Amino acid sequence: MSGRACAITGIGQTKHASKRDDVSIAGLCREAALRALEDAGLSFADIDAVVIGKAPDMFEGVMMPELYLADALGAVGKPMMRVHTAGSVGGSTAIVAAHLISSGVHERVLTVSFEKQSESDAMWALSHKYPFQPPLMAGAGGFFAPIVRSYIKRSGAPLDTGIAVAVKDRLHALKNPYAHLTLPEISNDMVKASPMLWDPIRYLETCPSSDGACALVLTSAQAARRAPGKPAWVRGTSMRTEPAVFAGRDQVSPRAGRECAADVYRQAGVSNPSKQIDVAEIYVPFSWFEPMWLENLGFAEVNQGWQKTMDGSTALGGALPINPSGGVLSSNPIGASGMLRFAEAAMQVRGQAGAHQVDGARMALGHAYGGASQFFSMWIVSSERE
Amino acid sequence: MSPREIAIVSYASLLAVPGEPQRDEVELLLPVVTEAVARSGIPKRELGFTVSGSCDYLGGRPFSFVMALDAIGAWPPIAESHVEMDGAFALYEAWVRLQCGDVDSALVYAFGRSTQGDLGRVLAQQLDPYTLSPLWPDDTALAALQARALLDRGRVSERDFAAVAARTRGGDADELVQRPYTVAPLRAHDRGTVADGAAAVVLAAGDLARKVCKRPAWIRGIDHRIEQHQLGQRDLTRSVSTALAGERAGVGKGPVDVAELYAPYTHQELILREALGLGEGVEVNPSGGALAAHPLMVAGLSRFGEAAERIIDGSANRAVAHATSGPCLQQNLVAVLEAAP
Repeated sequence: MSGRACAITGIGQTKHASKRDDVSIAGLCREAALRALEDAGLSFADIDAVVIGKAPDMFEGVMMPELYLADALGAVGKPMMRVHTAGSVGGSTAIVAAHLISSGVHERVLTVSFEKQSESDAMWALSHKYPFQPPLMAGAGGFFAPIVRSYIKRSGAPLDTGIAVAVKDRLHALKNPYAHLTLPEISNDMVKASPMLWDPIRYLETCPSSDGACALVLTSAQAARRAPGKPAWVRGTSMRTEPAVFAGRDQVSPRAGRECAADVYRQAGVSNPSKQIDVAEIYVPFSWFEPMWLENLGFAEVNQGWQKTMDGSTALGGALPINPSGGVLSSNPIGASGMLRFAEAAMQVRGQAGAHQVDGARMALGHAYGGASQFFSMWIVSSERE
Repeated sequence: MSPREIAIVSYASLLAVPGEPQRDEVELLLPVVTEAVARSGIPKRELGFTVSGSCDYLGGRPFSFVMALDAIGAWPPIAESHVEMDGAFALYEAWVRLQCGDVDSALVYAFGRSTQGDLGRVLAQQLDPYTLSPLWPDDTALAALQARALLDRGRVSERDFAAVAARTRGGDADELVQRPYTVAPLRAHDRGTVADGAAAVVLAAGDLARKVCKRPAWIRGIDHRIEQHQLGQRDLTRSVSTALAGERAGVGKGPVDVAELYAPYTHQELILREALGLGEGVEVNPSGGALAAHPLMVAGLSRFGEAAERIIDGSANRAVAHATSGPCLQQNLVAVLEAAP
């Protein structure tokens, strides 16, 4: 990454659930923020600036919530920013915060992302009819199902590939105390028997709707020396965007995703991602996106991503564990989901992932996407500074 | 580490008063972005970073920034970000991004159609969702509390509010102050004219800025700060966040020729002038400011663009640009722009 080194010295997240009615929006954000600060050995008073991110304001019905959250997140008297880049926002928010360090502007930055979906109805907010635009009347699943069908047709992937992802990620989630969904009885048959929502996506192949938040403390190398724990180092950050709709656009493997990955690999000195990256947390809100992103990210050849899913390579213990936290399929506070991927990647290289730790993980990828598979944000983190 | 030299090299805007019902966001943005990029002399594909500011609640729909991309032509894919804030904060993100040193130019744009709904009711959704928003206080009612507090502090009068209006949007202060209140002590001329609009700015670093622009508007200092949300926790008659941001941006380090202040209400201009220590000799809001045209999310970036234009056209050597967000000046961004390299 250009500029100064950036360390991750604090990581916090909430217990994710479909309804966190024990806390307000501010209380939810503070739960994650205080855990990240404690991890970093800091208090709000030590923080120079606060960057928050979340998906559309209509998900809670609060316009520009950074204004109301300034007090609860200790930002009074400090710079505070609010990022929104659709589903990729949690990742983009972490990147904007990382740039405040690598640019040399600040020493210690707190970044928080959240969604409290129970305060409103995300399905409604996602189904709004725009003038002169094709309707998206059945939420995100209705939008993405045709793209999955296109992938199946293109790749010839077996039809139970999605089921395998759904089972694997829920088994991973059983090892993660913060995960929303805990389904100890999960099995191929159980997923297969669940209702077909948007063919070929079944109910148990979709992400839940969660309340949750994630927070990170990012610091300069000098400030990291005083951190109580071992930091993770940001080795590359990248964001890429392309338009939602135009003739000939490859929506299965968008060029913006491929170029974002190439950019972040170049910064981190990664020439062979399958070999050099030990673990990846990637944004898989619908099961089939695991094999699709494996190809888009260069972990598998075109049309062969499903083979890695089916042969167990992407499970904990496999050659390239994907989403050991349980991923978006197990916890989905939308605005925080991207930052959770980034945070879990950092937890892995710090060796603090507990029961879902990948042994010896030294380099990890965090990935998020949003909009019509058109906004991408990624970072690579490492246990080593260089 | 001293900050990298970054300058505003071009600006374009479209401010539609009292509104532009015939054009959507993309149609507002397209000519503005095209003009700003053309004026910058930097080919669009060579711009290293793009970042925008907008707010879904103005258009009344989620993801309003997504379709706005059609005005940019994000193909091949671009490095891009978005803040759900005024475009001036997007400019700050771009300035930070350029400080990292690996990109040399950035496009910043903003759009807002504030006339799509009842702005007073829309802005009530910006307040604490548990204790304030359910009371539906509109922005004028909150601003009136602030104006009343300022009058109670002494030193300024309702005629001083009217004088700000007369200077920036025309009329005679003695006549204006006779008009009826909308929400006492504020009158119609005290609130900015709600408008639709779009604005775009191109930033360039060091030698690139010098190459493409004869007199780049160098950003000598830039800083922003936020205050408590609850009005009862603040001294509404002073803007401590503006004062702090102005100090850190270096406003007081030299004479100021012109200041473009984002004051949605007349009395807020008086508060901002005091916070920034701007004396009588400083020309404030020659553009008319947010009083003449107030498209939310655009008005702050426009202040940066207008101040920069005065440097670029040679009519000022040192300018202050300011943007605000939130009820009663809760959050403030201040920059110093200079002609001197």
